[in-house]
Amino acid sequence: MTRRTVITGMGVIAPSGTGVDAFWRSALEGRRSLGRLSRYPCDGYPLTVAGEVRDYDPADDIDSRITVQTDRFTQFALAAADFALKDAELRPDELPAYSFGAVTASAAGGVEFGQREIERLWSRGPAHVGPYQSIAWFYAASTGQLSIRHGLKGPCGVLVADESGGLDAIAHAARDIRYGTTAMLVGGAEAPFAPFSMACQYGHGLLSSAQEPDHAYLPFSTGARGFVPAEGGAMLVLEELEEQEARPVTSRTTTARPQVSVAGHGTTHTGALRHEESAEGLTKAILAALDEAECAPGDIGVVFADGLGVPVADRAEAAALREVFGSALDSVPVTVPKTGYGRAYAGAAALDVTLAALTLRHGLVPPTPYADGTHLGVDLVTGAPRSTSAGAALVLARGLSGGNSALVLRTVPA
Amino acid sequence: MTRRATVTGVGVVAPGATGTKAFWDMLSSGRTATRGITLFDPAGFRSRIAAECDFDPGTVLTPEQTSRMDRYVQFGVAAAQEALAEAGLGVDEELSWRTAVSMGSAVGGTTQLEAEYVEASAGGAAWTIDHRKVSRDLFRVFSPAPLAGEVAESVGARGAVHTVSTGCTSGLDAIGYGLRLIEEGKADVVIAGGAESPVSPITVACFDAIRATSTRNDDPVHASRPFDLTRDGFVLGEGAAVLVLEEAGHARRRGARARCRVSGFATRGNAYHMTGLTREGLEMAEAIDQALWHARVDPSDVDYVNAHGSGTQQNDRHETAAVKRALGAHAHDTLVSSIKSMVGHSLGAIGAIELAACVLAMDHSVVPPTANLEVPDPDCDLDYVPVRAREARLRNILSVGSGFGGFQSAVVLTPGEHTP
Repeated sequence: MTRRTVITGMGVIAPSGTGVDAFWRSALEGRRSLGRLSRYPCDGYPLTVAGEVRDYDPADDIDSRITVQTDRFTQFALAAADFALKDAELRPDELPAYSFGAVTASAAGGVEFGQREIERLWSRGPAHVGPYQSIAWFYAASTGQLSIRHGLKGPCGVLVADESGGLDAIAHAARDIRYGTTAMLVGGAEAPFAPFSMACQYGHGLLSSAQEPDHAYLPFSTGARGFVPAEGGAMLVLEELEEQEARPVTSRTTTARPQVSVAGHGTTHTGALRHEESAEGLTKAILAALDEAECAPGDIGVVFADGLGVPVADRAEAAALREVFGSALDSVPVTVPKTGYGRAYAGAAALDVTLAALTLRHGLVPPTPYADGTHLGVDLVTGAPRSTSAGAALVLARGLSGGNSALVLRTVPA
Repeated sequence: MTRRATVTGVGVVAPGATGTKAFWDMLSSGRTATRGITLFDPAGFRSRIAAECDFDPGTVLTPEQTSRMDRYVQFGVAAAQEALAEAGLGVDEELSWRTAVSMGSAVGGTTQLEAEYVEASAGGAAWTIDHRKVSRDLFRVFSPAPLAGEVAESVGARGAVHTVSTGCTSGLDAIGYGLRLIEEGKADVVIAGGAESPVSPITVACFDAIRATSTRNDDPVHASRPFDLTRDGFVLGEGAAVLVLEEAGHARRRGARARCRVSGFATRGNAYHMTGLTREGLEMAEAIDQALWHARVDPSDVDYVNAHGSGTQQNDRHETAAVKRALGAHAHDTLVSSIKSMVGHSLGAIGAIELAACVLAMDHSVVPPTANLEVPDPDCDLDYVPVRAREARLRNILSVGSGFGGFQSAVVLTPGEHTP
């Protein structure tokens, strides 16, 4: 019998809100949370508009013993995971040893911590590099700290594949569950705003050069001029459906109906910056995800698009959707809520999956903030949220290194 | 019908040896490739030893590839090309979408990032660096994702492409994930392995800070001493290895030689400490149990354990305890060795390099030795094949890894279908 994976808990730290409730409310409002980059002085740099987490400091919720040994990206992951476990009403020590694991996706790693320690090394010498550099900046830091914080001794993993890696990590955790694990903490959180890490990214030319948030991130629009990066992310609790139903819970998310399952995933690779070729790659990824989910295109009631905001990439994504849905695409709502708060790299996909699950549960599609319409033949949801009776959602993400990933979420019949 | 993953090609770039033939010659002779660091001036650092690759990219890569790719990516692509050539596999349009890449790296492009940072910050003087001094291609280095991406482009793979970054178990985990992609029907071929080039000031400094690396600076050739009583830490290494994993039926239909199977994988977190290990090694033992169960191999049928054997005091004790717990009394009958004694510890690459060594060991019916193991440690009381390689019939091989973050991983190799 196939083991099925359902989402039983969600924890969010985003520029538009902390916690699932605040994040969902702001998404429905279409709140505009982009602003001038303040994490470091951005005068004279190409990038000045960003999505920053300003009303929440993860250090407030994490012991100082841990904050000194972690970068901000790990602190986001730890805080989001605390929220997700609380939401799921799941105490890891309730489960047998080795049956609860963790997978995170990361693109940037601990860049702020890392830059500080490299600065110490080069300005003051090797003896001034601190003992936590070895465990704070590497990409596995968040999974390792999650395992320790919650006693997670099940499968622990880390994927690095830019934005698409965020979806791949969720698929990977679902695979761990198919292979026998009961529950997984999975997601991604990023904190990319250190001067050097951003300087690494100016060369690809995809970051928005806009000086004003209102015109900075406009995917599928004639005004598209790149994407706005963000920090933050989401962690989810995934559980095997039947094992989850057997444990006594009363929390909202776990008892909410319908349950939402991680039903299908597909991923392909068509090369860095080859946006045109991503059309074929994304098409194949979507078809593979639909196939695994045992869905027809007509079952998909909403699409959370990648929406890179780069004209050639947007055209490729629209072409992939047209290829899969045909003329039916005209009646499938497409949304890019992250225009309101930016693309948080691997964290962006986890945030999108969170919104997609909430959409299936509440029957409301959040809009695309700042959007000024589209010319690419997709029915972009703008302004007010749109009601839907969708039983399945498609979430798309592409990575700068060339990955094209698709994830299908489905409601589980009661 | 169970889908199985056979190994049809192997490629290696290792310290002291480029290519699988030179690599095996080195391992079977017990020669060590550890030496004083030459990749930068290590004066002022606590540990000044590394196992470095003498790799000439011009022999394998085009000048354009060489200039675009960071050093560890060059290693990975070179290893992938050797592996694919050995497999004799042509990746056509149809197969390209069924060919995945799963590559491990712990620290990715750190070396180049550090060098560019120093340039753009006036030697670490300025927090707000001068971005105009940073190369425009640095986005290809910023995250390790391009490792798998470049390998994919070089072999023409367009299926699932991931970089795995679970610290020092990345190489094992990447191959384990590849096994699952084949078992679940997500791919027919997986280019799986690991690559790392961490020998840079910041990486050396961060291991100095926690005293994890050897300070036998006056005797670098003998510095990596797994299971030896006088061991004093690991020796940083670099390199890459790639296995071509191929679904057994796919390999059989095209008449490829299936050298062995990757048949079991498991990974567990120790939920204990980011760098510390327990004395008992329960979590690594659990990973071994699960990997053997996955492979349907009885613990008493393990002929060789390729150890993590990093040469730190705590690792070698922890691992010995874990192997004893998982294999029971048979632990004393099986052979155990650590090739880190020869090629150092290349973080996210070493798990793949060690699995490549296991495939070669099975081919040759020879267990590579633990070099420099001269003074037995009473806490490490298994047969670690000291100094000299040993002939042995090898059916089932277990390779284990352990890393910062608490990751504990195990992979099982079993004979291919045509092996008697």
